Amino acid sequence: MTETIALTPERLEKAKEIIARYPEGKQKSALLPILHLAQEQHGWVSPETMDFVADLLSIQPVEVYEVATFYTMFHLEPVGKHVIEYCRTGPCCTMGGEEVYAHLKDKLGIEAGETTQDGLFTVKEVECLAACGWGPCFQIREKYYMHLTNDKVDEIIEELSK
Amino acid sequence: MAESIKILTGNFDVPGIEQLDVYRKNGGYAGLEKALKQMSPDEIVEEVKKSGVRGRGGAGFPMGMKWGFLAKPEGVPRYLVCNGDESEPGTFKDHYLMMKSPHLLIEGMIISSFALGANTSFIYVRGELMYVINILEKAIAEAKAAGLLGKNILGTGYDLELVVQPGGGAYICGEETALLESLEGKRGNPRNKPPFPAVKGLYQCPTVVNNVESISTTPWIVLNGGEEYAKVGIGRSTGTKLISASGHVKNPGVYEIELGLPVEEFIYSDQYLGGIRDGHGLKAVVAGGSSVPILPKDLILKTAAGEPRLMSYESLSDGGFASGTMLGSGGFIAMDETTCIVRNTWNFSRFYRHESCGQCSPCREGTGWMEKVLYRIEHGKGNERDIDLLVDVAKKIEGNTICPLGDAAAWPVASAIRHFRDEFEWHVKNPEAATKKGAVYQPELSLA
Ligand SMILES: NC(=O)C1=CN([C@@H]2O[C@H](COP(=O)(O)OP(=O)(O)OC[C@H]3O[C@@H](n4cnc5c(N)ncnc54)[C@H](O)[C@@H]3O)[C@@H](O)[C@H]2O)C=CC1
Ligand SMILES: Cc1cc2nc3c(=O)[nH]c(=O)nc-3n(C[C@H](O)[C@H](O)[C@H](O)COP(=O)(O)O)c2cc1C
Ligand code: SF4
Ligand code: FES
Repeated sequence: MTETIALTPERLEKAKEIIARYPEGKQKSALLPILHLAQEQHGWVSPETMDFVADLLSIQPVEVYEVATFYTMFHLEPVGKHVIEYCRTGPCCTMGGEEVYAHLKDKLGIEAGETTQDGLFTVKEVECLAACGWGPCFQIREKYYMHLTNDKVDEIIEELSK
Repeated sequence: MAESIKILTGNFDVPGIEQLDVYRKNGGYAGLEKALKQMSPDEIVEEVKKSGVRGRGGAGFPMGMKWGFLAKPEGVPRYLVCNGDESEPGTFKDHYLMMKSPHLLIEGMIISSFALGANTSFIYVRGELMYVINILEKAIAEAKAAGLLGKNILGTGYDLELVVQPGGGAYICGEETALLESLEGKRGNPRNKPPFPAVKGLYQCPTVVNNVESISTTPWIVLNGGEEYAKVGIGRSTGTKLISASGHVKNPGVYEIELGLPVEEFIYSDQYLGGIRDGHGLKAVVAGGSSVPILPKDLILKTAAGEPRLMSYESLSDGGFASGTMLGSGGFIAMDETTCIVRNTWNFSRFYRHESCGQCSPCREGTGWMEKVLYRIEHGKGNERDIDLLVDVAKKIEGNTICPLGDAAAWPVASAIRHFRDEFEWHVKNPEAATKKGAVYQPELSLA
């Protein structure tokens, strides 16, 4: 039963393809890619999802919990529709990243780790996104938003609120 | 000014270069043809040795020598793992390379895998760069359809599968043994070295780990020969290097420079960074990613002996830690006089505390201490003993940990205090002035 909840048939197919990429008996290597796949579907990684993934890879659930809690990209609680992962590291701050970040939180009326009342936005602080020369920056899922200014933040938020 | 030689980025501006046909029309995969059809694996290793190319991930270990160390026990598979974790603050060159020209890396991976006798190879890319992973996957599918990957490549009988693996957001997974743990589906806890991955790596099999940029040099080296490569650059710093430039410069971005370029020319020439943003002057530079010692303007432009400082492994480290720094990963962060060094140091120390895997206590506890004390100083609650305390904690971490993340956390703090001690003292003595919004230490104020 959990199977249909955790991954759609297409994603389950993809998961099986991923597992087949590794040598015989090394299917645990598929853990990170499959957690990403599950998060893509649900927006976050629930305990049920982790149990499902453990089953899929024939490993112990604790092996999945251990990993999901170590890597910061996995959201272990439900998040808003758009998770804004804001770079707070040195080079971006040098370019005014702190001011733009304060503006973003003001605009949304939330602090780091919180989600807006309407469930649209979550703000998460992350470290250097390897875009330092194009900062300040944040990312929402796969997309990078770079050369941020207060005005640009306003535009992005308005666009995504539509 | 003479156009400098482009070994990696020569065709990056060709529209559509990320596509196989365009890449091929512009000379792509000629290195692979030559490697697979005209050379033996050992001959390729020999050329890479002759090139003198050094690891572009930061440590600068000679690539050919590492390849020569690869153990080759009978009947045991060998692996090549490309390190595209790129998480060192200030570094974004591999991001740029993979995004612009995925086939360059793929061609390099096939050549290198053939040279090392690997039949399954991995490109580990930080998970945040999912869009780059998609670009790579697409390029791999194209290459496979064209018979450049998979079984019997170019009809030579050589087989190779190439897997792109996403990380999960952890700086420590750039450290090669943590990366291997992560690739095995575990937490990214570094292993003790030795044994080096070349002896016991992925799945306990002999493995070569090389940076994206390092591997991308191999098509050129195979085509033109190691000796030609070694003619570029200066001394033991052969070839070109991608530098990611950020901070208060007019033209931030990624540049391919010939090693040996004077730092002054790199910063001020219009061909490169174009100088510091209008109306401001340079204060300090972190030349090789956040881990390397910060230098004040005078010492980054000239060595302590008054020689012009060059962009090379040797010149940047001239003077040791007393007055030098390191080329590292080539993350070049320039800061003008509006920068508060204390705040920047605190920010970096917060980063390392956050990224410590927690396995060894000097790193786990030390990074926590340094961040706490720096926070205190930056927020006007420090005292003079705190500055020496920081130096002391940094010393206790250095050299006492499983992996170099501990050192990487200690060096920025120790060097900031070494070169900007006045600024720390000003914070401690003038907490009210120092905590005003945007306040930055001005040397003349210290006399007041
Ligand atoms: N690019 C980035 O984002 C970052 C880069 N770094 C850089 O990483 C560097 C430290 O990296 P490490 O891998 O710890 O340095 P290392 O000096 O231990 O090793 C460098 C390379 O040479 C190999 N090697 C060294 N001695 C060997 C031997 N006897 N036999 C076989 N192989 C051998 C290692 O396996 C490794 O691949 C720092 O200098 C820093 O600049 C650090 C953080 C981030
Ligand atoms: C904390 C830490 C993080 C690292 N991150 C990276 C990285 O993101 N990319 C990289 O190529 N090397 C990184 N390294 C260096 C690798 O351990 C290793 O030396 C490198 O991948 C070898 O490739 P190269 O010889 O081609 O440089 C890191 C080292 C440490 C200690
Ligand atoms: S030095 Fe730090 S990051 Fe490296 S193994 Fe020890 S605790 Fe982990
Ligand atoms: S510091 Fe923000 S992307 Fe590197």
